[in-house]
Amino acid sequence: MNDIIFLASAGEPVTRTPLYVLMVYMGLLLALGILSSRFFRGTSKDYFVASQSIGPFMLLMSVFGTTMTGFALVGSSGKAFSQGIGTYGLMASWSGLLHSAVFFAIGIKLWSFGKKYGYVTQIQFFRDRFDSKQLGYLLFPILVLLIIPYLLVGLISVMKVVQPITSGMFPDTFGLPDKVLPNGKSITHPLSGGVPGWLSGLVVSTVVLFYVFFGGVRSAVWANTFQTVVFMITGVVAFYMIADKLGGVASAAEIVKNHAPDKLIREGSIGNWHFFSYLLIPLSVGMFPHLFQHWLTAKNAKSFRLTVIAHPICIAIVWVPCILIGIWAAGLYAAGDLRIPPLPGGGPNANAALATMVRTLVENPLLSGLLMSGILAAIMSSLDSQFVCLGTMFTNDVVVAAVGKEKYSDRQLIFLSRAFIVVIVLVSYFMALYLQGSSVFSLGVWCFSGFAALFPLVFAAVYWKRASLGGAVGCILATLVSWCYFFYQDIFLDAGAGHGEYLVQGVMPVTFVFLASAAGMILGSLLTEPPAKETIKKFFPTLS
Amino acid sequence: MIDSHSSSGSKLVWVFFLLLFFAHQDFWFWSDDSLVLGFLPMGLAYHALFSVACSGLWAFACFRSWPEKLEQWADEDGVPGENPSST
Repeated sequence: MNDIIFLASAGEPVTRTPLYVLMVYMGLLLALGILSSRFFRGTSKDYFVASQSIGPFMLLMSVFGTTMTGFALVGSSGKAFSQGIGTYGLMASWSGLLHSAVFFAIGIKLWSFGKKYGYVTQIQFFRDRFDSKQLGYLLFPILVLLIIPYLLVGLISVMKVVQPITSGMFPDTFGLPDKVLPNGKSITHPLSGGVPGWLSGLVVSTVVLFYVFFGGVRSAVWANTFQTVVFMITGVVAFYMIADKLGGVASAAEIVKNHAPDKLIREGSIGNWHFFSYLLIPLSVGMFPHLFQHWLTAKNAKSFRLTVIAHPICIAIVWVPCILIGIWAAGLYAAGDLRIPPLPGGGPNANAALATMVRTLVENPLLSGLLMSGILAAIMSSLDSQFVCLGTMFTNDVVVAAVGKEKYSDRQLIFLSRAFIVVIVLVSYFMALYLQGSSVFSLGVWCFSGFAALFPLVFAAVYWKRASLGGAVGCILATLVSWCYFFYQDIFLDAGAGHGEYLVQGVMPVTFVFLASAAGMILGSLLTEPPAKETIKKFFPTLS
Repeated sequence: MIDSHSSSGSKLVWVFFLLLFFAHQDFWFWSDDSLVLGFLPMGLAYHALFSVACSGLWAFACFRSWPEKLEQWADEDGVPGENPSST
């Protein structure tokens, strides 16, 4: 490996071409937003669910693009950098099995209820199913609070990706003080001259805001489709370029075998029960409000087929290269041939592994720019759906639910939705600035844990006639209390310190939150009045 | 409950689902550091194939156990105004 040295070399001029490529990409997204707005029919139904006109391919791309965020690219490669190949089994293969199971067993049913009864948000469904307007007021803040960490995952990923890739481009404007090594020698800061997080986060938030403003969920679907194609193609290209630079995939694997062999196995880094308990995390897709909204955009139930079948393959196409790049980075780092930007407390910043590999190994500036655009595409394709969804929920589940639809015109409803989106974008942006140093993977896991723990609510709502309002409230409160307890233990008391990840009795905390939630649903339902006969008839009709 | 899935097809789907569910816990490759095709770690290769098998399972589900009647029910005339907060 002595002939391949990737350490940053101070003083070398760095081309800004990758940044120009990224600017062109952003311009294309803005143009797409304007174009999709020409198809906007001016009604709130079109703004919120694209008049249920989305076909199979766009549904696949928008659903897949929405579920794959910075967590999938930045988080997966970072986690593989620190924990090895087991990362794939923890998240990707469980998701391949369980995401599609949820789309098939839950998604199609919810789409059919949405189509039949005119829902645009999941809270509308839960309100009707459990015969309670107040349930929506309980659920709304919880869903918003859970979605905010998801937005933060995206924005922090943007900040973590852009700065390393652009380092050295603006030494005068964004220069950082040299780092002093323990031996007294000073070296150029690896992030010096890179576009700082506050600026990259601001630009991405503004671009996403711009195109969702124009066409609502239709713009999000169009942009998601475009961006998903971009990030899948660029991911494969990045993999090829990096492998080529390392002398081929076999040579790259040898580096890992020689310098970081622990990354090739799970022994020592992931326990059996720990691995198994990750199965609960993918169930979160059943409760993601933004995914519910995407399901409702489907033209017909058959549009789901391609999504259900192709989703696991799409996951593999994105995750396998990311995991390999992550373990290759670990091998190079262990060999002393790759400098990963450090965390404030020392040690390498695993989240920067992917960006550092692209920055140092992809020497073609055009391709480097395309790859940066691809990574941001994955992130923005989730952000847009989440922004639209929050606006939709606020308008329909709070404003319209409180004062009635007749009080507002369609134009006013869309205005309210847009105003709420702006507020959420501002809040998320400033929180992301404050939490820039947080682990993308951990933040994502806590967000998914909350949604996964609420899965018994949606499962019981569509499959258990006896599920009642008491059960729904029991389920939500049990989730809230137990999630807050474990979150506090992990984040504020740092209970997982020194173990790599916070586990309770060797399993993910979500296990206990999920059990509490399921118990709340079962006990709450059995101890209270069953749903009215009309409700049962409405949601469990006899089909001939 | 709305359930128009072909019952034999549905049962098979969920049997295969359970098989895959347990196959996910591949403790037999836990510490196998061999490289498939000279570059792919065994544990990763196995799970990549697992993803392909999942896709196969859901293709089978879509063609053997599709909820046709549910789809027809949803496509019948909706109930406008049923949900007061719907748009």
